[in-house]
Amino acid sequence: MKFAYYPGCSGEGTSTEYEASTRAVCRALGLEFAEIEDWNCCGSTPAHAMDTVLSGALGARNLMLAGRAGAGGVVTPCPSCLSNLKMARHRMRAPEFKARVDELLDAPTPAREDGSADLPDTFSVLQVLLEEVGLEAIATRVTNSLEGLKVATYYGCLMSRPAEIMKFDDPENPTAMDKIMSALGAEVVPFPLKTECCGAAMGVALKEVTSSLSGRILASAKAFGADAVVTACPLCHMNLDLRQGQAGRATGIAFDMPVFYYTQLMALAFGLPAASLKLEKLAVSPGPVLKKLADCRAEKARVAAEAKQAQAESAARPAESHEAGGAAS
Amino acid sequence: MDTIRLDFARDANFLHAVEEESGQNLSTCYQCGNCTAGCPGAQFYDRQVSQIMRAAQLGLKDEALGNRSLWLCLSCQTCTARCPNNIDVARVMETLRHMARREGRVQHRPIESFWKAFLDTVRLTGRSFEIGVMADYMLRTGRGWGNMDIAPTALAKRKLPFLPHRIQGRDEVARIFKRYAEKRS
Repeated sequence: MKFAYYPGCSGEGTSTEYEASTRAVCRALGLEFAEIEDWNCCGSTPAHAMDTVLSGALGARNLMLAGRAGAGGVVTPCPSCLSNLKMARHRMRAPEFKARVDELLDAPTPAREDGSADLPDTFSVLQVLLEEVGLEAIATRVTNSLEGLKVATYYGCLMSRPAEIMKFDDPENPTAMDKIMSALGAEVVPFPLKTECCGAAMGVALKEVTSSLSGRILASAKAFGADAVVTACPLCHMNLDLRQGQAGRATGIAFDMPVFYYTQLMALAFGLPAASLKLEKLAVSPGPVLKKLADCRAEKARVAAEAKQAQAESAARPAESHEAGGAAS
Repeated sequence: MDTIRLDFARDANFLHAVEEESGQNLSTCYQCGNCTAGCPGAQFYDRQVSQIMRAAQLGLKDEALGNRSLWLCLSCQTCTARCPNNIDVARVMETLRHMARREGRVQHRPIESFWKAFLDTVRLTGRSFEIGVMADYMLRTGRGWGNMDIAPTALAKRKLPFLPHRIQGRDEVARIFKRYAEKRS
């Protein structure tokens, strides 16, 4: 299927590291997407919180642009964009809802025979990586294993909810990122708060909500021994990384927990250039964790070298005794 | 504890309106409390989700629309995922919030102001723009200083562009908002 790419607004601002690493990882795995030309904001939470028809219209303009460009599907890294674009199409299957959205648009959305809107469906990059590329191809591409790194995979609320519309992974215990992290060599710690809300967009108007909910997530990841949290959502990332100090003050725990986008760790394991990881964008420094990884790799190399040497020595020994025996006779 | 007068306060039309607009059958809710048990916003709510569901089911309009919880709902859909009767509870909450807004019953102005500020930037440029949202929000509310602690890091890491990205079709997007505003008035 030909996919059109929808980066989402965060990719231009707060999550440029997600955007860069997503593009680099997709390219490395042979996925090529054409960006939807002149896409607009999906409206995010504010649009659907105020009105679902408004939200539908903002999504519909993007889906129409993608459809006109000949795309059979839209792919986006951002779960909030994913949810809004997918819901827009889903709701516009009802002719009555489609008509109300069409009233807000310059031109009506194309229709199928049954009166539903004829628009492409939207998928997450994560789903495409798992279903179109597959774990085997991902594992094969790894040059720098993440062995020794313990991660808590945090999915947030929206990637698999509502289940009957998202049709991807498990709404209570998703495992897509777990599988990818394992394929990269990382250890996935048990983590019960995978889909617990981080406080979403409440950070501006009611900070105590994001601080306390994100604090709980970070505390749980820490308690389960994670070196880092891995996420797929720009808003979750902002709450857990940039707002980590606020979360620490709310919970009374001094966190020092790096939060990576899963695509950054993929790029790291693929040995892609630093410009496609943009690790310097992270608020909480991943330095100590990267050092742990490097130490782990050095230790592994040392053990391997020792084993090799020991093997070479033991291979040499019988020859020596043979020589010794030969000399004696 | 508040007294609810079922003999005076019940409004069957309200119940039907909620069911119609949300597309959900509220009579199947048997008050198991799963929605409340899993709600991450519960600790901040003045009415729990299951109480709001019960109020809507009984047609108690003031109870269902006049609470802060509708505005604090995070739209995480955990309630929907866990309802044993497959009610899209989050959709009911959202529908009630839409109804409350239409009736001018906004119970948390700062949250509504954030939504408006966010959508202002989309209306003007076609995309959302963080610094614009913050400036708009602070002008609307005089609040937002509590987040100044993250500004230095965000700016140093260049996570906040100073200029918005204006899309070619921004007039087209502005017209979506214009028609929406006309329909509402």
